[in-house]
Amino acid sequence: MVSARRSLTGLLLFVGFLLSFSNSANALPAFARKYGLRCSACHEAWPMLNYFGQKFKDNGYQLMNDRDSPVWQNPSYWPVTFRMTPSWHRESTDKITYDTPGGTPGLRRLTSSGFDYGGLDILSAGTLEKNISFQIIPASDELGAFHIEAVNARLDNVFNSPWLNFKMGKFELDNLVSEKRGLTLSANGGGYNIYHFVPVGDGNIFGQIGDNQVGMEWLGHSANDRTRLSVAILSSTDGNPDLPYGSNSYSAFFTGSHAFNVGKLGTDRVGFYAMVGQAPTTYLTDSSSGVPVLLPSSGLGNKGFSREGFVGLFYFGKLDFQVVTQHGSDSKWFGAGYGDLIDGIATGNNTPGTVLPAGARNPTWNGAFVETHWVQNPQLIFFQRSEWIRMSQQAIPGTAGNFGNIDNYVFGYRYYPFMNSRAGFAWHNEYGWLKGYGLAPDGSDLTSNSLMLGFDFDF
Amino acid sequence: MRTPQTILIACAMAVLALASTSSAQITEYQEQQNLGVEAHVGRLTGHAKDAEINYRRYCAGCHGNQGDGEGENAMWLDPKPRNFTLAQFKCRSTPTGSLPTDADLYDTVGRGVQSSNMPSWNPLSDQQRVDLVAYVKHFSDRWKTDKPGEAIPIPPEPAVNAERIKSGQVLFQKLECWKCHGVEGRANGPSADTLTDDQNRPIKPFNFHDQTKFKCGTADSDLYRIFMTGLDGTPMPSFADNVKPDEAWDLVFYLRTLQPQHSKEKEIAEQLGLKPINPNAAVAPAEAPAPAPAPAQNNENKPQ
Repeated sequence: MVSARRSLTGLLLFVGFLLSFSNSANALPAFARKYGLRCSACHEAWPMLNYFGQKFKDNGYQLMNDRDSPVWQNPSYWPVTFRMTPSWHRESTDKITYDTPGGTPGLRRLTSSGFDYGGLDILSAGTLEKNISFQIIPASDELGAFHIEAVNARLDNVFNSPWLNFKMGKFELDNLVSEKRGLTLSANGGGYNIYHFVPVGDGNIFGQIGDNQVGMEWLGHSANDRTRLSVAILSSTDGNPDLPYGSNSYSAFFTGSHAFNVGKLGTDRVGFYAMVGQAPTTYLTDSSSGVPVLLPSSGLGNKGFSREGFVGLFYFGKLDFQVVTQHGSDSKWFGAGYGDLIDGIATGNNTPGTVLPAGARNPTWNGAFVETHWVQNPQLIFFQRSEWIRMSQQAIPGTAGNFGNIDNYVFGYRYYPFMNSRAGFAWHNEYGWLKGYGLAPDGSDLTSNSLMLGFDFDF
Repeated sequence: MRTPQTILIACAMAVLALASTSSAQITEYQEQQNLGVEAHVGRLTGHAKDAEINYRRYCAGCHGNQGDGEGENAMWLDPKPRNFTLAQFKCRSTPTGSLPTDADLYDTVGRGVQSSNMPSWNPLSDQQRVDLVAYVKHFSDRWKTDKPGEAIPIPPEPAVNAERIKSGQVLFQKLECWKCHGVEGRANGPSADTLTDDQNRPIKPFNFHDQTKFKCGTADSDLYRIFMTGLDGTPMPSFADNVKPDEAWDLVFYLRTLQPQHSKEKEIAEQLGLKPINPNAAVAPAEAPAPAPAPAQNNENKPQ
């Protein structure tokens, strides 16, 4: 039953989608301690950067005031920050399948609430020497399983030019609206959907611009950071180590933006981004043990994909809007399920020699979100985000046109009881609502919502 | 049983409570301050009242909520943050002892202060910076009673040559710059360890040998301006009454030879085989003016 299988796949994707957002946000009191600046100097409301913080980051975590080298620090200075978020939250999903006494599966809403805590982020970044900087972020899930969220070193201001900055390792893509520094935290509102969107049944996990990627980046910017350009060359591994997929597949990520003054309203910025790449669609197998086993790094049949969009940051005094759009396209091979092993088995459609379903075509979609902030003062910020993704072409003919569409709405506030240069603390309250079209087990729409109240702190 | 709606209402009430607390603090603060001060830079007009939040956000951690230089970070900083209530500023285009122009303060905010914790705030918009200048001014009543001085004129920079560099070196000795800055500009002169600012805090002279940028700029004209205006509040006096403009340029050229970066002045000095001055050697009175007088204010700790 193809439709049932696709619905199940959709449900799994939907759940995985919610769980996949990694909010290893980069708000580092270690920087504040080093330079004696309040968190609010770099963060409009931490962890979201303001223009000064963006420039600090673009300069390689340097203020460019001749005191950036660690030799200026007290030897006991340790550039490490811990962040965690204990909370109470309530999660509700309207249609889940469950076993009934009669043996037939039923559908019902499932709601749960309770006290909880998120994963731990250990954030370390700074300078090794003037114009040589680094970033290391080991992060664990709630059970203590660690992974390397980011690790990279950077050469800054090569030949004393702000246009020559090079970074290598695993890093956050140069998204102007950073999910890693986003304000939203709840299960149904914590991430930006278009940064991770994969059509239902699509096997391309490699185009997720919200995931940290492994590669090398060139970043150039004007002295005052008003104009920024960057290009990153990435291995198509979705940030995973050891080249587990194709050994010769690469992607590229491009961004460009320019900021301009709008008088008393502030400084606006407009720009673009694009990710283009190739990734494998099939894998060699070895059945010498009697069971087909996929061979690591044996990816074959590279196929293309692209994501591109517009980014705008618009300020109206205390009110600002962040707008991000996206047009996405995957090869029909991805659309038919090739690529990553979404079936989890080696004998499925990920081995060489299989053929595309009749009429398969490139899946395409369009998406956008608008995030709004009202900064009452540096200690109180209200936010909302509305996000929509619409499939414009399904990979498999006959699939409902709106299958896999997403609506997401989230709103809340963060209150920071104090401001200093040693630690950050926020009372966080957020509500998120997410709807996936046709993703319920019975093929109808699936909705879920989250309510979250918590302490978000780092030090 | 609590419904989601009940919970949402409770959350909304919590938001309102927090918002009212926060706004009450702002109002109380505003009542204590005179926020009608303006600043004018070019066609921009800054309003102190518009900078209150940005001052809290960017400046108060070091300069303090009251502008007294006693923010929570001040104890860890060296040099200490400026005390705006004194209305005394190092980086000016105006004569020593006078108030700076609004443009002077605006430039300092945008440029930052080298070798201090004051960064460049040029990512802020022009309007935000001029608003902050107005806010800085509102901390002192001196801005109501005094007017900024007239900017010291800076004549066009002459062409550098060997004679000018040698003349500048003579000035360096006669003006006794070496007593603080050292004979090679290494900030190790005999007075260097005794220097204090006007609040009796130890202060170091500029190290020409290691540093390329000055506190108040990087250009030759900035260096010219620094010793013609002095750095108020520090032992660095104004030489405006002791040095003619042409001589001041000679001194600029000589000081450039002490710095680490490549320059035409350094090239000429190498061709000349210029040696560091000998403080014990006599300099003919006709060759240079007398040593500069001590600054007008708080001169008990200044080098004589």
